[in-house]
Amino acid sequence: MSAGFKARAAEALVDPLLKIAVERTAGTAEAKRAASVAAFDAFGAARTRAAAIKDHVIAHLGHYLEQFETNAIAAGAQVHWAETADEACRIVIDICRKAGAKSVARSKSMLGEEIGLPHALAEAGIERIETDLAEHIIQLAGERPSHIVWPAMHKTREQVSALFRERHAEPHAEETIAAMAESARRHLRAGMLAADVGISGANFLLADSGSVCTVTNEGNAELSIVPPRVHIVTAGIEKLVPSMDHAVHLLRLLARSATGAALTQYTTFYTGPKRAEDLDGPEEMHIVLVDNGRTKMRAEGLAEMLRCIRCGACMNHCVVFRQIGGHAYGGTYPGPIGAVLTPALDGIAASRDLPQACTMNGKCQEVCPVNIPLPTLLRGWREKSWREGLEPASTRSAVRLWAWVARRPWLYRLSARVAVRGMRLFGGSWIAALPLAGGWTQHRDLPAPQGKTFMEQMRERQR
Amino acid sequence: MSERRQVALFVTCLVDTMRPRVGFAAIDALEAAGCDVAVPRAQTCCGQPALNSGDRRDAEALARATIEALEGYPFVVVPSGSCAGTIRVHYPEILAHDPIWSPRAAALAARTWEILAFLDQVCGWRPEGVTLPVSATYHDSCAGLRELGIKAQPRRLLGAIEGLRLTPLGGEETCCGFGGTFCVKYPAISNAITDEKAAAIEASGAELLLAGDLGCLMNMAGKLHRRGSAVRAMHTVEVLAGMGDGPAIGEEA
Repeated sequence: MSAGFKARAAEALVDPLLKIAVERTAGTAEAKRAASVAAFDAFGAARTRAAAIKDHVIAHLGHYLEQFETNAIAAGAQVHWAETADEACRIVIDICRKAGAKSVARSKSMLGEEIGLPHALAEAGIERIETDLAEHIIQLAGERPSHIVWPAMHKTREQVSALFRERHAEPHAEETIAAMAESARRHLRAGMLAADVGISGANFLLADSGSVCTVTNEGNAELSIVPPRVHIVTAGIEKLVPSMDHAVHLLRLLARSATGAALTQYTTFYTGPKRAEDLDGPEEMHIVLVDNGRTKMRAEGLAEMLRCIRCGACMNHCVVFRQIGGHAYGGTYPGPIGAVLTPALDGIAASRDLPQACTMNGKCQEVCPVNIPLPTLLRGWREKSWREGLEPASTRSAVRLWAWVARRPWLYRLSARVAVRGMRLFGGSWIAALPLAGGWTQHRDLPAPQGKTFMEQMRERQR
Repeated sequence: MSERRQVALFVTCLVDTMRPRVGFAAIDALEAAGCDVAVPRAQTCCGQPALNSGDRRDAEALARATIEALEGYPFVVVPSGSCAGTIRVHYPEILAHDPIWSPRAAALAARTWEILAFLDQVCGWRPEGVTLPVSATYHDSCAGLRELGIKAQPRRLLGAIEGLRLTPLGGEETCCGFGGTFCVKYPAISNAITDEKAAAIEASGAELLLAGDLGCLMNMAGKLHRRGSAVRAMHTVEVLAGMGDGPAIGEEA
């Protein structure tokens, strides 16, 4: 939902701390990714193979989902299917209730955000312990994630410190990252160990083994999954890969694209619940496979978007995201992927600003580890918005009039001459304010046209 | 010497109206590089504003009109990476569904070149005897860079100009915030991006800003002027054609 995008963007633009916070994280990620990609032999070939792996799975999704289900059940897991966000939340809440859960330990998952799971848990009266440090921060602040890898990237260290001082029972004594992390650890760990149910997402689902793969840098997925009696995985159906080999190939690109690291600190594969001979692990494992519009996206020209492995590189490198941060986008997913996914999830009528608010510079596709043609997909949404009459009447008539004139060369040349002479009336070599061009002259001067048009001068030369 | 190349110049609507000097510089440079240059009278605009606004029907109509105006020539050369990219990359895409126009679009696309890439790659040309003792910096405009792979060509061409010192620009591949209609639809966001670009240009210490797209150049020059900066801006082809001592963008002739 992007109603009020411009207002949120305007607010973000005048927030000096937001700009600092976003630049610290995205700027560092940009530099580290560049170094890491430069040091990765045949990155281009790896990227091509990654895109091919995902395309293959998306084209044969039914086959791999069935294979995954069979193997996950064989490993002792229970597999559930959810077509919508509400259905997914209902399934999760039911499992929690059957387990008699008063509290759940949750490991960050964008799908969880997408289906509104935090809200659903609160409505069901189930306490939620966010185990990812950044998710913990935004839970304390009562906010939503602003980035898919760094949910609290919009907050400065100083703001986090103030928040912990206010909300932690035993806040940090000194203003160091180590002390602040220790304060969060004290606050979270008891809750993590006492939770009845652990809920995680999945970075990959392995069809040939029924395994679920998570990657974190904090080890919080492991801590929220292993101690509780019941483990629930919520995952989008596009997370399927055929085998471990494919998952590992994508992992190499995922971590490098996200943070520049060769791998994350923790990469864990879970296959079924605790077995008789295992020392630890949950007694029950439930996997909720969520569609929530994905099948529809595949059918309606957005199949390439289902390649996305949620690395966040597109947002880290987007000039617009870097100026306004993630909250301005209004949806679960910000930045370039959000501008494609939010209209798919919420409808283009509610989000027409998102695909428009892009300079089409193509950087997002350049850095995408699975080569998603984001500019093309954004243009597709713009076309849909235009067809459905959602673009402002002023834009529509201006573009249509321009095109109508441009299809008549004689009229076009006449109009160009008139426009140039009209602009010359504003005098000088720079125009500081021009009617109908306020969007331009509010922030920059307009160089006045040189005089006669090129075509006019050519004609004079040839006479 | 081999036969002269027959080239149609597509001047772009911004060059036609705002800075015809770029068109004349293009003709001079192409002639110096051994081309005979025609300027087809039926040309207007490539349709990029309609394409990027989502007005697919008008974009297709303008693509057909442009193909008709330009397809009789062995080469079409455009002093803009984004307009050349529209013809080369997007015409074949948007007309792919049309059995009559699809091959015509593909044929034109294969013969259409951005001017700096054409001068360097097709003509193997270097400006001779051109002197311009300034420190200049180069901005890689997005469509030229990412749709057409223009990166080394302008630098090779500029390297042949006597006295010109090319100064690195921090974030040279970062969008300047123009984005066609983006800059007027989202002026506040565009302004924030352009302000950072202007600051990077100033920090480069160069006296002259060069790029291959007039839209990006007008955006950056307009912001530099508003900031009171002394950095001047010019299309690369003007410098290559030996017109670098003339008025920069926003200077009276």
